[in-house]
Amino acid sequence: MSRQTNEMVIERYEKAEFGFWLYLMTDIILFASLFATYMVLRGNTAGGATSADLLDPKYALIETGILLTSSFACGVAALALRFKKVNLAVWSLAATLLLGVVFLLLELNEFTQLVSEGNSWQASAFLSSFFTLVGTHGLHITIGLIWGGAMAYYILRHGRTANSVRKFTLFSLFWHFLDLVWIFIFTIVYLGAAL
Amino acid sequence: MNELISFLVGRLSPDYLPKDPVTIGAAIGMPLAALGLVVLVTYLRRWRWLWDNWLTSLDAKKIGVMYIVVAIVMLLRGVADAAMLRLQTAIAANGAEGPFSSDTFQQVFTAHGTIMIFFVAMGLMFGLINVVMPLMIGARDMAFPLMNSISLWLFVAGMILVNVALVFGGFSNGGWLGYPPLTELEYNPGPGVDYWIWSLQIAGIGSLLSGINFVVTILKHRAPGMTLMKMPIFPWSVLVTSVLIMLAFPILTVTLALLGLDRAMGMHFFTSDGGGNPMLYINLIWAWGHPEVYILVMPAFGIYSEVVATFAKKKLFGYRTMVWALMAIMFLSFVVWQHHFFTMGAGANVNAFFGIMTMVIAIPTGVKIFNWLFTMYRGRIDFKAPMFWFLAFVFTFTLGGVTGVLMAVPALDFQVHNTMFLVAHFHNTIIGGVVFGFFAAITYWFPKIFGFKLHDGLGRWSAVLWQIGFLLAFMPLYILGLMGAVRRIDSYSDPSWQPLFITSGIGVLVIVGGIGLFVLQLLYSVWKRKELKDTTGDPWDGRTLEWSVPSPAPHYNFAVTPIVTHRDEWWHRKQKGVKTPAKSDYVDIWLPKNSALGLTVGALAGLFGFGIIWHLWWLVLIAAILAIAVIVRRTLSDDNDYHISANELYHEAVRARS
Repeated sequence: MSRQTNEMVIERYEKAEFGFWLYLMTDIILFASLFATYMVLRGNTAGGATSADLLDPKYALIETGILLTSSFACGVAALALRFKKVNLAVWSLAATLLLGVVFLLLELNEFTQLVSEGNSWQASAFLSSFFTLVGTHGLHITIGLIWGGAMAYYILRHGRTANSVRKFTLFSLFWHFLDLVWIFIFTIVYLGAAL
Repeated sequence: MNELISFLVGRLSPDYLPKDPVTIGAAIGMPLAALGLVVLVTYLRRWRWLWDNWLTSLDAKKIGVMYIVVAIVMLLRGVADAAMLRLQTAIAANGAEGPFSSDTFQQVFTAHGTIMIFFVAMGLMFGLINVVMPLMIGARDMAFPLMNSISLWLFVAGMILVNVALVFGGFSNGGWLGYPPLTELEYNPGPGVDYWIWSLQIAGIGSLLSGINFVVTILKHRAPGMTLMKMPIFPWSVLVTSVLIMLAFPILTVTLALLGLDRAMGMHFFTSDGGGNPMLYINLIWAWGHPEVYILVMPAFGIYSEVVATFAKKKLFGYRTMVWALMAIMFLSFVVWQHHFFTMGAGANVNAFFGIMTMVIAIPTGVKIFNWLFTMYRGRIDFKAPMFWFLAFVFTFTLGGVTGVLMAVPALDFQVHNTMFLVAHFHNTIIGGVVFGFFAAITYWFPKIFGFKLHDGLGRWSAVLWQIGFLLAFMPLYILGLMGAVRRIDSYSDPSWQPLFITSGIGVLVIVGGIGLFVLQLLYSVWKRKELKDTTGDPWDGRTLEWSVPSPAPHYNFAVTPIVTHRDEWWHRKQKGVKTPAKSDYVDIWLPKNSALGLTVGALAGLFGFGIIWHLWWLVLIAAILAIAVIVRRTLSDDNDYHISANELYHEAVRARS
């Protein structure tokens, strides 16, 4: 027996999945700290624009729709891979990543607009915390896109194997998690601004 | 052209070269020492050996030893800093000039605190956990050996940044927790605070990864039959500490990042203008910082539990209450952070809540102390060096706990807040609790890793000198605190303080003697290693699984995975008669291949940090891209293990027995 059995691979990934869940929990604490910071500093506008002046829940709703659709496509890809439909998996993954890119561009567009109107992260504590909270989520999305691209390469190269299914599970956990965080950003930051 | 140059060199400039004699000495000495080491390794032709056996190794025991070596070197620097602080306060009374300028003094106390907590205490803790935790739970390795190596090298990268600061640019002068607005750009435009931020940030991410690794290892890698309530107390303490790491370290990551953003991008989180809120920083940093002190001390509690049971030749008294006490401390440690700033105007009711919670946390800690004492009661106690460390701990830590409860009373805290009384209190708990514990652990588990014991007499004398030096160094500080001496002063006008400060300085010298004896103990034991050789694998007549394997422990830990039926499994087996496993009990095993990824990621993280500190944005970008590239490449590869056959394992075990 000089090759590892399938059970050993599965056992290893079970461990990795559990570890990854724990990592996601720590990421929740990280975002919770950023949310707390935002809530404390939200009103500290230093005489400048407030959240109600600057943030548009309708725009964020479009972003939300795109991100949720991306998550849906990611779910389709995971199922397709499990049921050995490699083509469908790759196309759904492509859709996932494309929607992710669109989301990121929309976010960057919002950021540039704010900055060009003189409301950059330097303007007030409120804007510092806004850019940091939303930007940290955007940074996670960027990492997710790089990871997703690497996944696409892996699946195209190796097809559907025990390894690729398990690796994809980890990626989809991450991608759905980012959705979850975004829901909180949408609620607390954007809807909170409209209330 | 000028723009290009400023893009390339950032804010590097000769102005930041060291100027005063102390730092110049260190700035010349440290690179020379590093160079000497390189020459020595080259001369001995040990590079290949170093690379294959240590730097790229994923064996938890070797990773642990590397942590401990780094931590002990840093301990020497931290103690040198302490000696400088007390030298200054022994001299600079009544208008007399001390040897150091105020700015140097501030950098020294900041470096002392930062190094002792992050690079000595944390390093020793991670090292010891790596060395013995898998052995104690009957595991071959950590759950994620490669991530373990990455953690180590991130820790080393942070350590190197702290030391580079000494050579070039100077360190932070903002205290070990870097309170803003002092640490904001406006008051601290140089690179010192950035060194502090990024060395901690990089090491902190390594700690977070370790926390996750330890939890998965303990929950998934225990030997068959070892239910959680049959697990020895040390792994229990590691589990609880790791959960705390997972809950607390993300807060540190955020806090440091926000301060870094204030400084690098002109944000206004904690500035005094633009709506910033410095109190938010102080709440955030202590929401991490208070759990952090329990992160440090709980593994030490675990160590004492093992040491006292072994040397009293009795099973641990009150195992269940020990576990519950650990859990209680874990929860309570998150609801006491505000006691670090009772004086900052949160109001009477808030102060009362946190004061009461602080007193409550003393209860589970007291339970543990009594359990250890009852374990000793009617035991046949063997007074070896680890037991000396334990006894010094009981005395010192209890004293520190009592002064802690005193300060939990807000009304009293207003009197002693930020005085030498506080300094004495937390050294009482951290030296008495954490440092003594880690010395006990090094002495106790040394033979398991290296195959020979440390000289017992020198170890005992080291403990004695530490204990005496500790009392001399810190009892005067309690009195000084009550007399009104604030912490972090570099000169004072009240002549009645001077004798106490001088006594404290003598205490530091005695502690230095204790450390000297410890180093001597290491060297002497290496010299006499043949006489001190541990041939049985069980030099202390131990109780837990790590003593069931030969010393030094083989790199795969257990040739045959043990099946556990009792809490003190090895003790139980010895009572029953140890059976040697039959040839059919051996099965093939897989172990991770060596990998240079940890070292690479550590080096890139170090460059990334250096780039941010000096505003070399091109370096930051390149390091980030390369780090992502090497990690992605690794996630795409699958063939990372190697194989040892049952036959090889069997023959090796037979050889070891004969």
